[in-house]
Amino acid sequence: MTPDQLLQLLIAGLTIGSIYALIALGFVVIHNVSGVINLAQGEFAMLGALIAITLTGETALFNRAWTVNFNLPLFVAVMLATLAVMGVGALVYLLVIRLSHTNSVIVQIIITIGIAITLRGFALIVWGTDPYRLPEFTPGPPIPIGAAVLTRQDLWIIGSAFALMALLYLFFQRTMLGTSLRACAVNRMAARLMGINVSHMMLLAFVLSAGIGALAGIVIAPKTFMGYDTGTYLGLKGFVAAIVLGGMSDERGAIIGGLSLGILEIFAAGLLSSGYKDAIAFLVLFVVLLIQTTGILRRRRGIREAAGV
Amino acid sequence: MKTRILAMALLIVAGLILAACATPTAAPTTAPQPAAPTTAPQPAAPTAAPQATTGDPYKIGFVTSVTGPASSLGIPERDTALMIQDQVNKAGGIKGPDGAMHKIEIIVEDDASDASKATLAAKKLVEQDNVAVLIGSSGSPASLAMVETATKNSTPMISMASASQIVNPIAERHWIFKTPQANQPVTAVQLDWLKANGITKVASIGVNNAFGKDSRDAMNEQFKAAGIEILADEVFQPGDKDFTAQLTKIKALNPQAVIVHATPGEGAPLTVQYHTLGLTAPLLHNHGIGNKDFINLAKDAAEGVMFPIGKLLVANSLPDSDPQKAVLLKYIADYGAFTNGKAPSSFGGHGWDAVEIALAGLQAEGPDRTKLRDYFENQVKNFVGISGIFNWSPTDHVGIGKESLVLVRIKDGGWEYVAPDQYAAK
Repeated sequence: MTPDQLLQLLIAGLTIGSIYALIALGFVVIHNVSGVINLAQGEFAMLGALIAITLTGETALFNRAWTVNFNLPLFVAVMLATLAVMGVGALVYLLVIRLSHTNSVIVQIIITIGIAITLRGFALIVWGTDPYRLPEFTPGPPIPIGAAVLTRQDLWIIGSAFALMALLYLFFQRTMLGTSLRACAVNRMAARLMGINVSHMMLLAFVLSAGIGALAGIVIAPKTFMGYDTGTYLGLKGFVAAIVLGGMSDERGAIIGGLSLGILEIFAAGLLSSGYKDAIAFLVLFVVLLIQTTGILRRRRGIREAAGV
Repeated sequence: MKTRILAMALLIVAGLILAACATPTAAPTTAPQPAAPTTAPQPAAPTAAPQATTGDPYKIGFVTSVTGPASSLGIPERDTALMIQDQVNKAGGIKGPDGAMHKIEIIVEDDASDASKATLAAKKLVEQDNVAVLIGSSGSPASLAMVETATKNSTPMISMASASQIVNPIAERHWIFKTPQANQPVTAVQLDWLKANGITKVASIGVNNAFGKDSRDAMNEQFKAAGIEILADEVFQPGDKDFTAQLTKIKALNPQAVIVHATPGEGAPLTVQYHTLGLTAPLLHNHGIGNKDFINLAKDAAEGVMFPIGKLLVANSLPDSDPQKAVLLKYIADYGAFTNGKAPSSFGGHGWDAVEIALAGLQAEGPDRTKLRDYFENQVKNFVGISGIFNWSPTDHVGIGKESLVLVRIKDGGWEYVAPDQYAAK
């Protein structure tokens, strides 16, 4: 392996790792506020990408029964698709999670599996089984770095992932709304006593996560294409990234977990054997779940968990 | 407390895996109705004899991958089967050996590209529906999984998948036949092209399942015998979308050509990434990418890709003397009319061959499983199909070879026939 090849692997790892990190972030935002692990997170990514693809060009839907041609500019399509998926996130919370709030968290988690299957089935009916491709955001030749190359879309993926993470950081740390969300995560009861509407915060968490997931799916779609079942694979990897380092409750853990999972996977495939690529993610998950169920980075248990709420 | 969290986490993972496996079982869409009723006479159907009595319908079990990664194979296969059922039953059915007219009933089961679901579907068809013959499945792993059920129940089975293990070793595959070319003749055509161009060093990348393995085995065997060095033999998992790691390795080895063993789901992003990483060696796929999905997805990156495939894709460019040309053109027209203008793919062709051979058998022998099998092994001679001209025998349950294949190059978003004397021309 020459340094150039290692650099190429690092670029590929960072690219796919940024997507895992975004999906993992979506898991953590919902889990922190509501305690629910939303297993439909990958489906948000799939929906976002497929809606954006439908809005940008001519697409045959419902097994060619209905052909739509919106031909919207890419930027507008991306915005609308993200908003649409945020709406789906809101509906998921209002129609499903809030109505089942008297059930235990584990029941709600199982309900999210049902949501995932429903969304996937919906996509199967609308878009069929074919994968679709979103045009590259800025087409053009890749950027050479030594003998390695960085495609323009890779740059978009890494750039938008980091920009989104920075924005979220500012939102959580510097705004009243973000602080309220964090308060709900630390102690829901105390937050309620401080006059924070916890139900509104949970709604916000679902909308926010749906938006993050949708954007992740949209930026990756020009590179890997998107079909009705691609979300499952993204969701699984994001889940592993979220739980391994941060124990599902730490945003930094989710981001670092996502990036390192992406890099680890690509290096395992490039240096060992390509057959080990997926095995790595699950091996890591398995070991961490057996040894340290609250995540490696996690120093102390949240107050909410300690109180057994 | 700790154990509770652990139990919860494990339960979640179990749930997640379940969620990943769960695919809606209902077929997503109903088959499109024919745009205009086709009145063309069906080759396998006798001219409707008005005096014939009507017997029980003949049942054919049809397992295919309508959903999941192999769906671009399974959907055209299903649509072709339904098209033939529609044509035959509109013409009154087929005349069995008892002299009565029998409608045909093709019972379609979706295996969701999953080997264990294919086994369950095969069991249901053989044991509950009591079908005379089993056709399926789309993919090699699912077909191999069905072999045991067919053999145990002494039911003839015709697979639409490519791996040669499906019908080999022939002593253990008494009941099993298949319609697609095996991977060996596909590799042989690739080898002819490499030899014509004086290429001696290649790299390979293929999907890590039965299809990819069979294709890679054929390549390793034939290329080595011909003195062609395989610099790298990389694999990826079904469903993978990022191939940078493998392609980076291949790029460093600087091969003269790269051989890919894949279907469009992975083959298309692979081809796009091949170009963005700056690889320029000629790209030879195998017959796994023989449908429009590949071109629609890979777009510009597909230009110049070559692959051996059955004659269907380039039926119009074939010389008129080709014995398959008429059958091919009729299938293209019928399929287009039945599916509201979809172009047929070679996968649908594998389905056509399987169903038509099964019908020929039913017409001659009726729904007797043992007699049908004997018919397939001994009476299928010079059967002009879509994938080739079939000659099944006790030693060959595929019955078509290299001569049924052509080399095709993707050009301007379409397929271009490359005649054998043009292999070396740039």
